[in-house]
Amino acid sequence: MRSAKLTHKHAPRHKAGMRMRAAWVMVMSGAGALGGCITVNAPEEPIVIELNINIKQEVIYRLAADAGNTIEENPGIF
Amino acid sequence: MITRTLRLGALAASAAAAALVLAAPAQAQRDPAYEAARSGGKVGERTDGYLGIVGAADPALRKLVDDINIRRRALYAQKAQAARATLEEYAFTAGCLAIARTAPGEMYQAPGGAWQARGSGPAQRDPRCP
Repeated sequence: MRSAKLTHKHAPRHKAGMRMRAAWVMVMSGAGALGGCITVNAPEEPIVIELNINIKQEVIYRLAADAGNTIEENPGIF
Repeated sequence: MITRTLRLGALAASAAAAALVLAAPAQAQRDPAYEAARSGGKVGERTDGYLGIVGAADPALRKLVDDINIRRRALYAQKAQAARATLEEYAFTAGCLAIARTAPGEMYQAPGGAWQARGSGPAQRDPRCP
């Protein structure tokens, strides 16, 4: 169907070849959409979002000494 | 001369006020009720830097914990701003350290979220903790 002849040099034939190819792609993608249905099941367990995940270790290390002083200076609430 | 004296007086007054403001949040020791709740395992150190109620919450305990957490939060916010970090980052770092400082028998939150009694060994902490 997609022979070299059809898409080769001659302008009208070339166009025709492109049209054929576009049609073929559409048919293929349509078939893919029909046949390749994917079923997604919701997980049984609740999704736990870890809110602290964005806190980076380098930041924690940078703050460690300061936070240690804060705790020592405020023994009433720690 | 008078203006100078006045200015000095104003300076001294503002310095005294600043000292008062600085001294106010710092409390020498834990409140006896707080100390008892800690050693009794009724409250524990959470991973996020705040105090948590371990078992059943009664109004008095809830008030004690809320009161401490409000003060911790205010302190974290102030210190985080000075250190150019977020409140959550600073609080989490303090949580790491507060958990490390728990005494044997006191409660703390493990990385998974479960309450743990501090044993004689090191506490289970988030791998990012210093």
